[in-house]
Amino acid sequence: MSAHAEEHFAGSNKLFISIWVWLLVFTLIEIGLAYRPMAIHIMLTILLGLSIIKAALIVAYFMHLKFERLSLVLTIVPMLVICIVLLFVFFPDSFRSYGLRYKFQESPPVAPASEEP
Amino acid sequence: MSTEARAEHFGAADWEGGTLPYRVGHRKLGMWLFIVSDSLTFSALLIGYSYLRASNNWPTPFPFYPSIVFSSVMTFCLLSSSLTMVFGVSASSKGDKARARKWILATIFFGLAFIILHLIEWNHLIGEGLRPFYLPEHWVKTFTLADGTPPSPLFGATFFAITGLHMFHVATGAIYLSVVAARVKKLKHEDVEISGLYWHFVDLVWMFVFPLIYIMSVDVGGHLAR
Repeated sequence: MSAHAEEHFAGSNKLFISIWVWLLVFTLIEIGLAYRPMAIHIMLTILLGLSIIKAALIVAYFMHLKFERLSLVLTIVPMLVICIVLLFVFFPDSFRSYGLRYKFQESPPVAPASEEP
Repeated sequence: MSTEARAEHFGAADWEGGTLPYRVGHRKLGMWLFIVSDSLTFSALLIGYSYLRASNNWPTPFPFYPSIVFSSVMTFCLLSSSLTMVFGVSASSKGDKARARKWILATIFFGLAFIILHLIEWNHLIGEGLRPFYLPEHWVKTFTLADGTPPSPLFGATFFAITGLHMFHVATGAIYLSVVAARVKKLKHEDVEISGLYWHFVDLVWMFVFPLIYIMSVDVGGHLAR
């Protein structure tokens, strides 16, 4: 194997600093979002979108995956994404159990009077 | 037809042995596979947390100070530690091991700062009365809905489990990097790069833990009387 090819680490320090700045900017946007009144599903979508962009930047540049062989990327990333997305199968049950919660609309229920003598 | 020519013909030279199909060593590939499995661990925990959150009345108790300020500074520490780690790996690739060691020590410093800040933040919450299966009494009073539904006592369980496991990863990473820093002159460049992969992964996990656990649980109106 060519040791020289393995030792090569692409990307300049300037590039890494700019990635770091972007990551900080996205983090500040997230903190700002926390204090803006908005529907929870919109906030969740934006936060997760930003998190996925940040994760992609870290994986691509800091973890150097952008500079690796495509076959490595295709081996690692799609199966991970599919497995994580498959876990979402639990959410309908989560929403269902929220709907099942007993709501004390007027007053808490009282135990029925015992019919035993 | 020689073996090489046949492989060329089928485009399968990579898979006939004697080469590294992914152009990475087996140790680096092993670290990538570990990262994939650890990502699934954290995904399962975060999705379990989301499941509980969506099916319960969930408290949103974090004040701007100390919780959000601390967690933001912690995020800054981890992001900066990733940057210093990249510099370390970059120096190591150029054969400048002394410089690599310096950057790795800076990375450990940021990692330890993260852990200390996080422990102070935990201490605030424990001091307020948060436990894995109980909420502080004044949280229960504040976050009980008009129809009488109390907030879920599992807030503490998900919070301590997820941030605790992440903190454990940071601590493990700090120990791992200390060993790498101590032996950096004997190690190959790829070994330094592998330790970097692990460290960036810990940073990456926090990029999901921070918004989902902290940002989504901010006490925006300051409802919680303190």
